[in-house]
Amino acid sequence: MKVFAVAEHRFGELNPLSIELLNLANKLGESNAVVIGKDVGKFADELAKYADKVWKIEDASLENYNPELYIDVLLQLFQKEKPDVVLIGNTAQGAEYAPYLAVKLNAPIVTDVVGVNTANGLVASRFVMQGKIMVDLKIKSMPCVLTVRQGAFKEGVQKNGKIVDAGIKPSVAAKRKFIEYVQPEAGEVDITKANIIVAVGRGIEDAANISLAEELAKALGGVVAGSRPVIDNGWLPKDRQVGISGKVVKPKLYLALGISGAFQHVMGMKDSELIIAINKDPEAPIFGVAHYGVVANLFDIVPELLDKLKGK
Amino acid sequence: MKIIVLAKHAPDPQSEVGVAGDGKSLSLGTAVFDINDWDRYAVEEAIRIKEKMGGEVVVVGVGKSEDTLRKCLAMGADRAIKIPFDAGLDAYQTAEVICEAIKNEKFDMIFAGLMSQDYNNSQVGVILAAMLNLPFATAVTSLEIGNGVVKVKREIEGGYQEAVQLPMPCLLTIQSGINEPRYVSVMGIKKAKTKELKEVSITPKMSTVEVAKMYLPPVKKAELITGDPSQIATKIIAILKDRGLIG
Repeated sequence: MKVFAVAEHRFGELNPLSIELLNLANKLGESNAVVIGKDVGKFADELAKYADKVWKIEDASLENYNPELYIDVLLQLFQKEKPDVVLIGNTAQGAEYAPYLAVKLNAPIVTDVVGVNTANGLVASRFVMQGKIMVDLKIKSMPCVLTVRQGAFKEGVQKNGKIVDAGIKPSVAAKRKFIEYVQPEAGEVDITKANIIVAVGRGIEDAANISLAEELAKALGGVVAGSRPVIDNGWLPKDRQVGISGKVVKPKLYLALGISGAFQHVMGMKDSELIIAINKDPEAPIFGVAHYGVVANLFDIVPELLDKLKGK
Repeated sequence: MKIIVLAKHAPDPQSEVGVAGDGKSLSLGTAVFDINDWDRYAVEEAIRIKEKMGGEVVVVGVGKSEDTLRKCLAMGADRAIKIPFDAGLDAYQTAEVICEAIKNEKFDMIFAGLMSQDYNNSQVGVILAAMLNLPFATAVTSLEIGNGVVKVKREIEGGYQEAVQLPMPCLLTIQSGINEPRYVSVMGIKKAKTKELKEVSITPKMSTVEVAKMYLPPVKKAELITGDPSQIATKIIAILKDRGLIG
């Protein structure tokens, strides 16, 4: 099987997920990396350690990611090279252009893939229902496009691939224009430096209840953070968000209150030293990552914890 | 400004969901259905733009979408198109029937939620953009309409955002938190009853993926702390003391 993995980079850094894509590519067959940008030599060198072949696509107009130009140059390459499988990271960038590219390749697409099986055609596994249920999807025709979840293909082999210039330039003028990257605003509390985090999710139910979490954080000597629904509702500022689109934290204690454990959140806290989760739903995916779990209403447990901490 | 918004009637993953007896579909017996959370923000954003600039908001629902479409009309959308076909996990099919239903509408923008809360595919919006050859941006967290262009910020990793500009017509997928969606008023519900909800039957021609198997994921389970609330609190405190996290 001829597999092409599209590497990703931003701010001069190769996204390590690019290597994970090559791990999967090597498992499936002939591995080709594609790297797109203005000056991609150092990324190509790194990718060559894990790929049979690296294709460089370089042009000044490719300095910043633009989906229309990425799709255009990839289509030019794939029309010549005829891949069976195209692998793209399931990131803010990859998940954006992959479905569009798939349509133009007339290819089925499966997003956020965590497993691939080729015993009986090509079958890709992914989660649905925010991590509660898994589904195996049989792909009906080739080529196909898969976007791959970070952390799913960590193991791989080393290679010493050759690097070639694909000799491809953008053939269209993009309608969408890149303006700038906007940095996150710096808040008063840096949750990435806290040893103890009391994190609240949708189960906290109301803005007024945040004070309960704050009281507990104070008693434990920690800070309060939140998952996406809490930030979306404006109950905590954006710089307190834990997850892929927020902050990645590794505290000594992560106490998760009423957090279901969507993948985007888990990626931001799974490496915490001790994770204790309190949630009403026994099937909540957070119990798959927590060290200790309490299946209960947080409003029954937190006041008891506060009483005991104050009385100690 | 004419905006088409895609709205899905979807089960809440927080409610009790499982795998059906056939091992290939969801069991949703007691699940609570509502407008897909991301679509709620998309509908609100479209209505706000209409309230400011005038125009029309058309909501499109695929599958069992009547309750959600009525809700969107009650929020302030002008009319709705319902396509009864349910494509399941094949986003191509969903996009294809939407494409067919809206191809004669002269819209300025299409809004879709970033993903659906049940399948989490994040595909339908972008596939539709490709079928219509539209410029697009995903995970939009703010937008500003200028003279024939829209400036958006889209969410990327690590708290960063990317600012880009697109000409209209274009398609945007909306990230949650972009606004505060309104509650549906009694007046809104009354008005919604008089608004157009057109049903169009379309069957897709293509089929790209099929469910081979659906199952509960194998997960490492946390050690459960049980007892009454007081006993549970005592056990948690013992763990924290044991780890030296509290004195």
